[in-house]
Amino acid sequence: MSELLRQQFELGYTYTRSTGPVVGRFLTELRRRRIVGSRGDDGRVYVPPMEFDPVTASALTEFVEVGDHGEVVSWCWISEPRESHPFDQPFAWALVRLDGADVPMVHAVCAEQGQMHTGMRVQARWVEEPRGYITDIECFEPETEGAAS
Amino acid sequence: MKDVAVVSFAQSDCRRDAGACNEVELVMPVIQQALQAIGLNSSQDVDFTCSGSCDYQQGASFAFVMGVDALGAVPPIKESHVEMDAAWALYESMLKISMGQAESALIYGFGKSSPGELPTVLSQQLDPYYLAPLWVDSVSLAALQARTLIDQGLVTEADMAAVVSRSRAQAKANNPHAQLAGDVSVDELLAEAPWVAPLRKHDCCPISDGASAMVICTLEKARAWGRPYAVIRGIDHRMESHNIGARDLTRSASTTLAADRAGVPDGPVEVAELYAPFSHQEIILSRALGLDDSTAVNPSGGVLAGNLMMASGLSRVGEVARRIMDGEIRRGVAHATSGPCLQHNLVAVLEAA
Repeated sequence: MSELLRQQFELGYTYTRSTGPVVGRFLTELRRRRIVGSRGDDGRVYVPPMEFDPVTASALTEFVEVGDHGEVVSWCWISEPRESHPFDQPFAWALVRLDGADVPMVHAVCAEQGQMHTGMRVQARWVEEPRGYITDIECFEPETEGAAS
Repeated sequence: MKDVAVVSFAQSDCRRDAGACNEVELVMPVIQQALQAIGLNSSQDVDFTCSGSCDYQQGASFAFVMGVDALGAVPPIKESHVEMDAAWALYESMLKISMGQAESALIYGFGKSSPGELPTVLSQQLDPYYLAPLWVDSVSLAALQARTLIDQGLVTEADMAAVVSRSRAQAKANNPHAQLAGDVSVDELLAEAPWVAPLRKHDCCPISDGASAMVICTLEKARAWGRPYAVIRGIDHRMESHNIGARDLTRSASTTLAADRAGVPDGPVEVAELYAPFSHQEIILSRALGLDDSTAVNPSGGVLAGNLMMASGLSRVGEVARRIMDGEIRRGVAHATSGPCLQHNLVAVLEAA
């Protein structure tokens, strides 16, 4: 049996890319702790916004501001987070439909496993200094009592 | 698309870790096997060569070139590659033959998933702004899909365990290359702890290293070669949105569309080999294809018994073709998938000559 060669290797891409008017708008709004989606041809609001309608393929240009509270549409429980995952403690991945949106988005929910259920209300937990990344929303967490969206 | 003949197919064992054996060493034996089965010596003996593999798995760009070098590209051969499962290399090869630019083709796919953490690697193939920065992995996305099915009462955890139990039993009975095979009851499986709840570990395909290869040709050439062959009567592939939230995760609309276009409903389906990396997805796919009890689903055990990333889709076609060439069946369906939660699906209909 020959021996495996093990060596550190960093894969890097040394170019930058503009995010464009749709994704760029969404990411820019995140810096202001605001979430925008786009309205599809069938009137449904996609959050995050899509550049093109997934059914008709037409360019989507109408932005809609939505709330940073929402509802868990589906979830799974990460009892043993992977090294790449954003949290060391157990957490959930979820499809969260924000108030004012029709299409749910994938993000993390930090809660106790016993709190998790489909239909649960959640709210965004923002990082201290948003920089225009999807991770400016650190995670969603159970909605605090009496919180308005 | 012109009908083409599958004249040979070979697949390696599915191994959890091939160790120091590199991709070339994984793929060359199956290529030799597929060629020699019909009396060919090298890629010089076919008109076209097409491979499927993934640079993300090898962690280097143009990683497939290593495979082409080993194959022997001099004197120059007509060659192509898809950054997809080799089932799509088959599709490209069929296009080539349909256009009259080739009469025969060698297709191969290979993947060595063991060096990295495959679900994490796949997370980096997702939407680069909305999903990849979260590092949400392929198992987690499948778990979100499973929960949706369970919540809507469309699938139970016992249904999912039954898929796994049958996969292991069929792999034990029919598939010498399987990585996971044996007798395990639904009750035993349900007694296992959740992993990425609602998924248990056994609901997820294993990590495997290996390769598969196939030779196809025109029907005229197949008859001239005088070997048994299976005919690909129809093939089609369809893709859904990359936005997981925008899709109905309980169905596979793209599979149904591809199946209709490929001609699945035009005759009985004796065997269906479905690329379902997660147990609940076999149920979604069986429904999308309109299969009932008259079809033997995944007699090989499917990919829950061993999943060669970038070759498993080609292997599904190969498994059906092999049964037709052996005279076991006269008509079957093969399916391949790519992307999270069955985003992109290919369906092929194979028949006896």
